[in-house]
Amino acid sequence: MNKKQWVKFSLLMGVSLVGASSVAGTAFAETGNAERGQIAAATCTACHQANGSGMNIPGGESWPRLAGLNADYIVKQLHDFKQGRRQNATMMPFASMLNDQQIVDVAAYYSQMPVTPAQGGDDADAVLLQRGEQLAERGDWDAYIVSCKSCHGPGGTGVGGQFPGIASQHAGYISAQLHAWQDDERSNDPQHLMGAIAKRMSDEDIQAVSAWYAAQDVSDQTGSAEEETTQ
Amino acid sequence: MSLSRKHLVIALAGCSLATGIVVSAFAANDSGAPSEAPYQGLVELGFPAPQEGELVHVPPTMADLEDADIHPELKKVIRYGYDLFTNTQQLRGEYVNNDMNCSSCHLGEGRQPFSAPVWAAAVTLPDFRGKNQHVNNLEERIAGCFAYSMNGTPPQYGSDEMLALSAYHQWLATGAPMYPSQPIYGRGFPAPDEPAESPDYARGEAAYQENCAICHQDDGAGHYENGEYVFPALWGDGSNNWGAGIVRVDTAAGFIYNNMPLGQPRSLSDQDAWDIAYYMSSQERPQDPRYTGDVAETLERFGPTFHKRSLYGQTREHDGHVLGDHANFGEKGNVEPWNVGVPRFESLSSE
Ligand code: HEC
Ligand code: HEC
Ligand code: HEC
Ligand code: HEC
Repeated sequence: MNKKQWVKFSLLMGVSLVGASSVAGTAFAETGNAERGQIAAATCTACHQANGSGMNIPGGESWPRLAGLNADYIVKQLHDFKQGRRQNATMMPFASMLNDQQIVDVAAYYSQMPVTPAQGGDDADAVLLQRGEQLAERGDWDAYIVSCKSCHGPGGTGVGGQFPGIASQHAGYISAQLHAWQDDERSNDPQHLMGAIAKRMSDEDIQAVSAWYAAQDVSDQTGSAEEETTQ
Repeated sequence: MSLSRKHLVIALAGCSLATGIVVSAFAANDSGAPSEAPYQGLVELGFPAPQEGELVHVPPTMADLEDADIHPELKKVIRYGYDLFTNTQQLRGEYVNNDMNCSSCHLGEGRQPFSAPVWAAAVTLPDFRGKNQHVNNLEERIAGCFAYSMNGTPPQYGSDEMLALSAYHQWLATGAPMYPSQPIYGRGFPAPDEPAESPDYARGEAAYQENCAICHQDDGAGHYENGEYVFPALWGDGSNNWGAGIVRVDTAAGFIYNNMPLGQPRSLSDQDAWDIAYYMSSQERPQDPRYTGDVAETLERFGPTFHKRSLYGQTREHDGHVLGDHANFGEKGNVEPWNVGVPRFESLSSE
């Protein structure tokens, strides 16, 4: 599809899908254009990979999966990096390279990619995973840790543009973000909603829930899953 | 592992009277007194500390249930009760006609103080209830929340669902004394202090948009994701009906102040909590199942026992709308729940 056809197609989609699908709605409602986004994202692939999978880097700084994240959420994060509301030395220069148009374009591009599986957390034993599942699905009210599910949605696949999907995200990245909130290094969440929860978690809680969500494969990779089972 | 019940009377330092805090905690072993005062974490979040003379009960968790020395069949039923309590939507269309679970209002699976922990009903009922003017037992209390808070029709007394739910309530009360003489720490949704200025619709709307709309949405209708509700509806057809306890402005203010925004209890000012409660209580919702066909008449009949604390039948100042003046019963349609308006013990002679 060339650029003109794509625009026409998105307009059609925009009209016919009004109210029918929030995913398509957010992707097309903005002026974001995935084809232009792909061009603007050329420098991103070094870390976030061509398929948007990112990479879990044990002992180092993990690169988050962007594939399939909500477009509005990506837009907000890129503006936050650019404006310094979210601090990260690695990511900051790349966000700063993008203008407003490119930001909505790369957001459209990554949001439309199929979710990829996560890595990390393999060292978690059954007891730790069980703790992770409890925090994710039911919370620990004695410590006033509200279940992750109550904001990140059933299965942790995200809710609207404000509550990102965290299932199938790399364990190293989830853990790094929770620690960043604890240490006041990340504080760009609306109404301090995430920080309030993160600060009540122990190191073990963080390890547990990161491993559990990394293991919740919500990726769209039926092919590779088949491959694994036949091996 | 065997289970033991602990009743400790902790005398407060400097208190020479025999009264103290009665703590009943469920313990999975005999390791002695709890290592720290119960609910210390809540105190750090700004909740009041247990007061002298209060009954402080820490209900068991579902993990405790696995270890409990009770019949496996009973465990199964309690687990089912827990499942119904936290995922009441599985009864949608049958006994539930709105977007709620019991745990939408009774946070923390019904165990949480200041979120109307439900075990309290198991040790204080049967008792007289002002709302329906007769003595109620636990099942009838639960049936009440179905008919009003869930805008539904309750499962029959003695049914599998009812038995499982009441078993869960009673299990949560394990170790607490029956008919306690002390007030219960964290019972109900205690209202914040009276605000400096009387609650205001416009201020409430602004504070709602700032603190609540991100989850419950601008229109209060809540949020569904992939067909599953995540954030429940605060008003409109997906919410509780006009007969539910939370329509009383003080109860709503108490709920909000102690539980919302989610994860940040007691972070709102008293004024904000009252203003938001007033704003929320000024919106439409499904009709009270006790509706007589006329809002003024319904108000007259149920005002003294209930609606005197709600805005039902009142005229909204900014647009002249009379709240509750409609025959929309929501998804339930015009079905009167079987438990509504049924008098009891009428044959007993009055003293
Ligand atoms: C040198 C490696 C690197 C490159 C190149 C890079 N990023 Fe990142 N990116 C990161 C890291 C590391 C983080 C996590 C930052 C943190 O921990 O706060 C991140 C985070 C993000 C996030 C936030 C994701 C989330 O889930 O909150 C977005 C969006 C993002 N990058 C987009 C981009 C885009 C678009 C580009 C290209 C223009 C790009 N990145 C280039 C390393 C990189
Ligand atoms: C009260 C609501 C709430 C709860 C409960 C909650 N979160 Fe969050 N979380 C948020 C919000 C809002 C954001 C997005 C912050 C932003 O916009 O920068 C977020 C972001 C995150 C992120 C960063 C995602 C990314 O791509 O950068 C992670 C990881 C996360 N949450 C994990 C968790 C875990 C694990 C739990 C359960 C222990 C949890 N959250 C519970 C509200 C919540
Ligand atoms: C819309 C909010 C809401 C929902 C949903 C709800 N309740 Fe309630 N519940 C209340 C309120 C309000 C009270 C009264 C608290 C007070 O005493 O002020 C209450 C009280 C109770 C009590 C008595 C507690 C006591 O201290 O004696 C029990 C038991 C109870 N509810 C069970 C349930 C069950 C079971 C369900 C699900 C079928 C349910 N509730 C759903 C709001 C709700
Ligand atoms: C981070 C998201 C979030 C925010 C912000 C939030 N709530 Fe809630 N609220 C919830 C969730 C989730 C529940 C249901 C609790 C559960 O299922 O565990 C709930 C339940 C409720 C209920 C009881 C159920 C119902 O639908 O009536 C009321 C009332 C309520 N919230 C009011 C408010 C008010 C008022 C505010 C602002 C002061 C607010 N909430 C802010 C997420 C939120």
